[in-house]
Amino acid sequence: MNKLIVSLSPHVHSGDSIEKNMYGVVIALVPALLCSLYFFGLGALVVLLTSVLSCVFFEWSISRFILGRQELTVTDGSAILTGMLLGFNLPSNLPIWIIIVGALVAIGVGKMTFGGLGQNPFNPALVGRVFLLISFPVAMTSWPESGSFSYADAATGATPLYIMGQAISEQDASLLKQLPSAFDMLVGRTGGSLGEVSALALLIGALYMIWRKIITWHIPVSILATVFVLAGVLHLVSPCYADPVSVVLSGGLMLGACFMATDYVTSPMTPKGQIIYGIAIGFLTVVIRAWGAYPEGMSFAILIMNAFVPLINNYCKPKLFGEVSR
Amino acid sequence: MKKLQSTWYNMSIVLTLISVVAGAALAYVNDITYEPIQKIKEQQLQDGIKAVLSADKVKVQSVDTLDGVIVYVTNKGKAVQASDPNGFGGKLTVLVGFDKRGAIQGYRVLESAETPGLGAKAAEWFQKGSKGCIIGMSPAKNNMTVKQDGGDVDAITASTITSRAFLRCVNAAYEAFAKGAETETDGESGATRQYDDNY
Amino acid sequence: MNQIKVLWNGIVKENPTFVLLLGMCPTLGTTSSAVNGMSMGLATMAVLVFSNLIISLIKNFIPDMVRIPSFIVVIASLVTILQMVIKAYAPEIDASLGLFIPLIVVNCIILGRAEAFAAKNGPISSISDGIGMGLGFTIALTLLGAVRELLGTGRVFSFEIFSEDYGALVFVLAPGAFIALGYLIAIVNRIKN
Repeated sequence: MNKLIVSLSPHVHSGDSIEKNMYGVVIALVPALLCSLYFFGLGALVVLLTSVLSCVFFEWSISRFILGRQELTVTDGSAILTGMLLGFNLPSNLPIWIIIVGALVAIGVGKMTFGGLGQNPFNPALVGRVFLLISFPVAMTSWPESGSFSYADAATGATPLYIMGQAISEQDASLLKQLPSAFDMLVGRTGGSLGEVSALALLIGALYMIWRKIITWHIPVSILATVFVLAGVLHLVSPCYADPVSVVLSGGLMLGACFMATDYVTSPMTPKGQIIYGIAIGFLTVVIRAWGAYPEGMSFAILIMNAFVPLINNYCKPKLFGEVSR
Repeated sequence: MKKLQSTWYNMSIVLTLISVVAGAALAYVNDITYEPIQKIKEQQLQDGIKAVLSADKVKVQSVDTLDGVIVYVTNKGKAVQASDPNGFGGKLTVLVGFDKRGAIQGYRVLESAETPGLGAKAAEWFQKGSKGCIIGMSPAKNNMTVKQDGGDVDAITASTITSRAFLRCVNAAYEAFAKGAETETDGESGATRQYDDNY
Repeated sequence: MNQIKVLWNGIVKENPTFVLLLGMCPTLGTTSSAVNGMSMGLATMAVLVFSNLIISLIKNFIPDMVRIPSFIVVIASLVTILQMVIKAYAPEIDASLGLFIPLIVVNCIILGRAEAFAAKNGPISSISDGIGMGLGFTIALTLLGAVRELLGTGRVFSFEIFSEDYGALVFVLAPGAFIALGYLIAIVNRIKN
């Protein structure tokens, strides 16, 4: 028996869909992708392809065989995006089996365990990256120098973050002279993971996403501003702490701020919440970078704040229409 | 049988009785196990000293304590136990053996909270035949810091912090060794077998 | 009560680790290898059996208002005795579990079983319950330790299955304990239903 059914408002649909947003982010990653191919050559291609393909495979096989779902969820692009982001977080000379393990953890542990897209409390790509960082620290922290093209025997070197960490632990500001110039870090002529070397390419991608209204400016801007200000304060206190421009341009900060922290599922819903979230991520990043054991704090900061998102959402609940503030 | 009532009198009697019985049992077991525990401690210390001095038989002649660094003077050289609070996982305690001229004979990590697979490799990394071998080096002649800091020792891969802490222990041990060498003569009289408590 | 049923209850139906989720601190802290997990489980079982026995024997002499302090004194004495015995006769176990042995005192399983079972049942049943719960705890800890050791170092009971180079270090560390425990509980639940 059919009845006329009227659902709750709103009745107007913006035309947004998971696919549209996910592929939008993928398009925004293209400049960074081209940069990483230019700087790391074949290695970058191998890492990214392995990562994307294995993420898609694990998403499909887990939802099909373990969860027993019939509908196909791999085509919504979220697994492709997770694979790309995971690949961007890895050094270009990482053995293939480690990448596959990372993809399994990202999709299996980080996402499907909680029920798939929309249910995961933590950013899957970061879960994969942090798992690998803790599990295989030697392989994960031997970054090839930018411009080494072969996959197998790329020359490894100290990244800007490593130099900064050294300068702080040794209390020796002269070590900072080894840092690449701000311009080199902006375009990406420095060591590091695939997608974190070129701040410029990432910024172009972020501007594209803001223009297409895939993300809003709140999270990236609040993270970057917080890091800049705090790093500036530390730099003024003691010259052992690197100057704020280098801090903002180095490591995974730009990638994290623009592409990882802004993940829909794991970030707060309201602009106010997003700003709180961004400031906290920036603060934690600076703290971990300056005094933590690992040189990079971005992934840990985002994961920690992911855990707080439900709390932030609860605190920043939009007022109901007609509700009186007390 | 009926349960005892929770009166003031009953409660104090029962608690006192239980405590007395428990105390007696503990005292009895402590009495039995005291000897074996001391023996094991002594044995472990002996083994450690033997290992770091690479000798089969070692006689401890005297024990000195200088600022928390313990020096065991033996007929085969000196074994020095030093620690550093700033390892990657906290306190790191190392026993280092020096021959009479101050060259390192061997070492053993006595206490560490380093990461397994990374910093915990310190137990083998600096041994003879390994990459970061320090055996035969002498802090008097060699610069006992990691290569990153301009020294002569290869740091453990991806565990520079542990390596630094380890080498600080070695250097502290050598300092105590050198100090002891100057005051060799009067060092022996004040020596007691303090290591039962310190070990 | 049927003794077999009491045993079975501890091992499977109310497994302290996988079902009751009691005693998480030693579960997560000591299971970095199968041997460590098993020694911790057996040490806990020893304390549990004796504390259950003693408490069920003296339960009628203990006024209700002071039962918790009395239980704690009994348990703490047993643990201290155990610790001294291990130190004296099994120094290797002491070296790997050292810190966690005294912590058996505050293991919820022991006080929990004292309060929930031994204080209400006779000595024979209480011993069965102690053995059952202890075995359940030991099996769970050994299983968790074996999984973590295998994934982390490629070995089980120090027997090499694959090269240590392929081991994921995280499983030897604390986060790996949480991940492995979570999946073990999920698998146990799936099998049970």
